[in-house]
Amino acid sequence: MIRTPLRPLARILDARAKGENPDKIERDNIRQRHETMRDRTRIRAEGRLLMLGVMFFLGFSTIGLRMGVIAQSEPAEPRTSLAGAQIVAQRADIVDRKGRVLATNLETHSLYAQPRHMIDPKGAADKLVAIFPDLDHARLIKDFTGDRKFLWIKKRISPEQKQAVHDIGDPGLLFGPREMRLYPNGRLAAHVLGGAGFGREGVHAAEVIGVAGVEKYFDDRLRDPAQGDKPLQLSIDLTIQSAIERVLYGGMRLMNAKGAAAILMDVHTGEVIAIASLPDFDPNDRPRPPTSGDPSDSPLFNRAVQGVYELGSTFKIFATAQALELGLVSTSSIIDTGQPLRVGGYSINEFERKNYGKLDVSSIIMKSSNRGTGRIALMIGPKRQKEFLGALGMFEATPLEIVEAKGGKPLIPQRWTDLSAVTISYGHGISNTPMHLAAGYAAIANGGYTIKPTLIKQDGPQYGPRIMRENVARASRDMLRRVVSDPDGTANFGEVPGYGVAGKTGTADKPKPSGGYYDDKVINTFASMFPVDNPKYVLIVTLDEPVETSGKKPRRTAGWTSVPVAAEIIQRIAPLMGLRPKIEPQPTTGITLTSN
Amino acid sequence: MRSLFYVFTACAVIALAFWAYHENYKTQTVQTEAERLQREISEARARLRVLNAEWAYLNRPDRLRDLAEINFEKLGLLPLQPDQFGNVDQVSFPRSDENETIFSIVNGIEVSNSGALTETYP
Repeated sequence: MIRTPLRPLARILDARAKGENPDKIERDNIRQRHETMRDRTRIRAEGRLLMLGVMFFLGFSTIGLRMGVIAQSEPAEPRTSLAGAQIVAQRADIVDRKGRVLATNLETHSLYAQPRHMIDPKGAADKLVAIFPDLDHARLIKDFTGDRKFLWIKKRISPEQKQAVHDIGDPGLLFGPREMRLYPNGRLAAHVLGGAGFGREGVHAAEVIGVAGVEKYFDDRLRDPAQGDKPLQLSIDLTIQSAIERVLYGGMRLMNAKGAAAILMDVHTGEVIAIASLPDFDPNDRPRPPTSGDPSDSPLFNRAVQGVYELGSTFKIFATAQALELGLVSTSSIIDTGQPLRVGGYSINEFERKNYGKLDVSSIIMKSSNRGTGRIALMIGPKRQKEFLGALGMFEATPLEIVEAKGGKPLIPQRWTDLSAVTISYGHGISNTPMHLAAGYAAIANGGYTIKPTLIKQDGPQYGPRIMRENVARASRDMLRRVVSDPDGTANFGEVPGYGVAGKTGTADKPKPSGGYYDDKVINTFASMFPVDNPKYVLIVTLDEPVETSGKKPRRTAGWTSVPVAAEIIQRIAPLMGLRPKIEPQPTTGITLTSN
Repeated sequence: MRSLFYVFTACAVIALAFWAYHENYKTQTVQTEAERLQREISEARARLRVLNAEWAYLNRPDRLRDLAEINFEKLGLLPLQPDQFGNVDQVSFPRSDENETIFSIVNGIEVSNSGALTETYP
């Protein structure tokens, strides 16, 4: 670089000759030099700023564009991940205790229309009605020719129907993939499974949500993608459930009942092996809840867990068991049931105003004496009775894992008086579901431990706190055994050779909605356990408004209706569960003596 | 020397570019293959689900019961009854004239079984 001298000799000499100050030239040159330097620096700084600006612009626009692309584009699965293969279905399967499928998913299609793209709306409507006879032809034409842009025609169609619609060949008829819930066993265990429906719906997919039963109770678990490949295993046994439903249906028809319920429960684990409520429905095509009439007449009503009934004399065993536990009586204590019993201004009578005279405790259960258990209840007192029944879970809705169980809240007296204690001792004045009764009888059957009824398969016994001693439970079982084995017992039709059935009948009049009780409408219950020497299962059979008409007079007691049905059920299912019939040990001498 | 270095560098860049290009295509092939396999797996799973559902549907207790009733003459199936339980010692041994030698036992299983049946259920 050539530096310009600050004091060029020629100009200095020239200036000197003219008499000017030569320093001025130097200053002028310095100024010019500084100006060039300043201009250069400025250009460089401006260039750098521009460069920086361009960089920032490019950076921000890249980020902005990427954000725009991500926001606008359809989400895509990562191509190189293993996770995609794990998700098999939207909703996990439900299987029974042996792994047989109770509910699964099936891929189907939905059919929708975009009338704007239709070529021949009228012809398409004609052909659609030919494929789906339930469609309304006039309405379809109105929708197709009106100004609607989109409409659903069918939520689920089969592959054959899809092909038929495809063959119409109209570009305005479109299909969306759908996953539907399938219950391959049809009506079997309908009340347990409940049903499923579509939640939020889009063209490409729809949510499948549970609407009742375990499907709704475990909705989050079933829809959890992390557990999508693990089926939900219930305690239900498909074979047993099927046999019970079949026999119960036959029994219900034979006894002219309008409804029936049965529960089979494992007494050690609380697992419900089978639970049936008739009439039932097909969960594949779940009916709508009724808008009028009595909801308990709907097939959706689950009598086993929602039906809150006075369960009658089946409660008597709780009174005697508590009295035995408290040491107030022994099985051979004599109680006078002949004397009239008046409590709180009411007179307590026996069934059909019979008079049984002096009875021991065991015979009170066998003959089902109201006055007998009433007197025992007075010995126990209302407070202790309330505590005992509370410990058995009789005051809360059962913890069974279906949403309907919350609806089975027991009705208990607001004030627990002596009269309440007496009536409750024979099962009146307190309303429970058959499931409560099953849990209560399970405590007697398993040696005195409370259990929680559950629909989920368990590994081994699930005992709660103990509420009665082992020998009290055994004595109670022996008393229940006599109800069935003794020719005078109320449940003598319940004898199944080899299985040692023990149980108690209960007949309760149905309450009128307007108050009071019907004369000719009853709820018959038989609560049983088998085999008696080491009970494994509790079976509750309830018939709603049964009447047995083989005799001269219609019979409405549980001994004539529920008991034979229960016996038939036990005879059918006990071999299926691998229970070998046994020659029963003879009753102990103590009991033989008292019956004399 | 310097020019040699430049040539070498240029060659290295070309080689690396070729390698990267090659790897890129290999990766894409593998990805496509993996996608195809995943699609196949999911299709197989869907098919398996349908088959499972169909199996469950065909084995539903209602249908089996109806089939047992329709084919009663051929199969003679009845619900299991408590009296069908038995003990091992109730099963009769083959008659003595049929098991004289070991050979006759081995060869005579059919014969001895049919004999046992007629003896137990005359």
